[in-house]
Amino acid sequence: MSAIAADRKSASDRKPTSDRKLTRAVVSSDRRFAAISHALLILWSVIVIVPMLWVLVSSFKSTGEILSSPFALPDHWRVENYAHAWTDASIGKYFLNSVIVVVCALFLVMLLGAMCAYILARFEFPGRRLIYYVMLAGLTFPVFLAIVPLFFQLQNFGLLNTRPGLILTYVAFALPFTMFFLYSFFRSLPHDVYEAALIDGAGDWRAFFQVMLPMARPGMAAVAIFNFLGLWNQFLLPVALNTDQDKWVLTQGMAAYASSQVYDIDYGALFAAIVITVVPVLIVYCIFQRRIAGSVSQGTFR
Amino acid sequence: MKDTTPTSDTASRRPTPAARGGRPRRRKLTFDRVTFFLAFLGVPLAIFVTFVLIPFVQAIYWGMTDWRGFSPDYTFVGFDNFTKMFQDDIFVKALRNVTLLAIFVPLVTLTLALGVAVAITLGGPSKGPVRGIRGASFYRIISFFPYVVPAIIVGLIWAQMYDPNAGLVNGVLTALGLDQFDTFAWLGETSSAMPALMFVIVWGLVGFYAVLFIAAIKGVPAELYEAARIDGAGRFRTTLSITLPAIRDTVQTAYVYLGIAALDAFVYVQAMLPNGGPDNSTLTISQRLFNVAFAKQQFGYATAMGVVLAVVTLVFAALVFLVNRLTGGGDSEGKTKAPGFRARRAAAKGGAQ
Repeated sequence: MSAIAADRKSASDRKPTSDRKLTRAVVSSDRRFAAISHALLILWSVIVIVPMLWVLVSSFKSTGEILSSPFALPDHWRVENYAHAWTDASIGKYFLNSVIVVVCALFLVMLLGAMCAYILARFEFPGRRLIYYVMLAGLTFPVFLAIVPLFFQLQNFGLLNTRPGLILTYVAFALPFTMFFLYSFFRSLPHDVYEAALIDGAGDWRAFFQVMLPMARPGMAAVAIFNFLGLWNQFLLPVALNTDQDKWVLTQGMAAYASSQVYDIDYGALFAAIVITVVPVLIVYCIFQRRIAGSVSQGTFR
Repeated sequence: MKDTTPTSDTASRRPTPAARGGRPRRRKLTFDRVTFFLAFLGVPLAIFVTFVLIPFVQAIYWGMTDWRGFSPDYTFVGFDNFTKMFQDDIFVKALRNVTLLAIFVPLVTLTLALGVAVAITLGGPSKGPVRGIRGASFYRIISFFPYVVPAIIVGLIWAQMYDPNAGLVNGVLTALGLDQFDTFAWLGETSSAMPALMFVIVWGLVGFYAVLFIAAIKGVPAELYEAARIDGAGRFRTTLSITLPAIRDTVQTAYVYLGIAALDAFVYVQAMLPNGGPDNSTLTISQRLFNVAFAKQQFGYATAMGVVLAVVTLVFAALVFLVNRLTGGGDSEGKTKAPGFRARRAAAKGGAQ
């Protein structure tokens, strides 16, 4: 990684390639390339944005307006659709459930993932490689292979249809990803600081929590964002393992609400519910989007 | 238990032969140290083994039983479930459907993602060094957007978009003068349901892979581009001869994970086509498995389907690696790449989904 960074720095220090060396044919082909690029990107942006805008506008319409004129703006903006979605469709309750489950699972998986990655990355002991490869397998196999045994495993522990059960399952399945991402991070941390801490009398516990963990903060932030998105959007695990309607999470509640719409059509509220579900993740994304792009490249080059 | 750091021993500050030789050496097993290892390795591993490893291993055994779940007794039936499965027309259809998904979804998604990534990173002004296009960060943010929207919501949005009467897709098409689409049911026709489903999955995933490729392209040493410019290569030529070979392994990793995602596709089909689509034309193995397990309570049979899905997944991954190897990609740099690959693999998966 550092070699690449150095390459890029030295390249940008140098003067740009002289244009005289480029033939006219190359320049005109470059212009074509730029034009095609712009056209492609604009087209793609439209395909991405238009459905979202349509959902947003439709969420303020009445069912009649949605059915008769998909393009038109609403006569008056029905904010009450949101109130209906929040209370009648219990979106508020599911939202709260999602927050509880995801926050707990996220905290636990970050802590346990960092601890496990730290041990595997920085200590030599028998069985280390075995643990590493078993977790790699956990990252590769489809969750569907495990879903039925998992159901009964949770039942045996009395954790089926409970929040702690769902949280533990989330943690278990997010653990390999977290571990592998942080593994490379802990490997790259310098030894000197750690040694200094030990010389100053810190034990293993303090060395981790007060020295190593704070140093791994950039890596932790990146993994936390990806885990947040992954866990917030999780669908299969709650649908299979959390069938008590009072404990449904948002994705589950939305799926159920949308399928119940067939009999009791309030499209305006459905669209409002979609907006309510999407807005928090979009806010998180907009705040952290730089870090997301950065973390993808960290994961790529490390 | 040893420390990887040769000099980090604090029990004694005197340099011992082992420390001088730079080799890891044994440290005293204090109470502090034992609890440290138990907590740091034991707790995460216990959770992982209980909720991931044991279910995976159990699945392989249960797949060979006729277990129906709520009664404790079952008989071992060997491979009967598997022969039954391949005589079941609905399952064979599901297998065919997921094969189609695993072929076309990665192909289209990666082509589009590469197009977007190349356009953003290399589509800049034609003079001077190779630079990103104007508004690059705007395009990057926009194209990543669908990926952060929960997949179930992506499915629900497009289920509405495809609505024969009130949906925007038919609205746009009729506005363009294509009146035959006035009340065309995209998800209700056997011919269009599968392509419509594929489009939605692609729509949801392109952004993530575009960002992944942007990062990979930015990691290509600028010297390579500069040399190509001096040799008189245009942007097209540079893309084909420099960019694509340089990010080849990233593409391979992305292909594997997209294929795995497409083989599953559970969220999308549940949101748009919960009943398997017209004439089961979009039924996936995951949907069938879920139904057989939790609606029909045939747990042994359902688990066997999970085993088949896992085997298909592994075969798919092996095929991608094989093709890449045969066409000249892969481990040219040998073992030094391995850790990078793991992390890339984790990154390409994009979180805990």
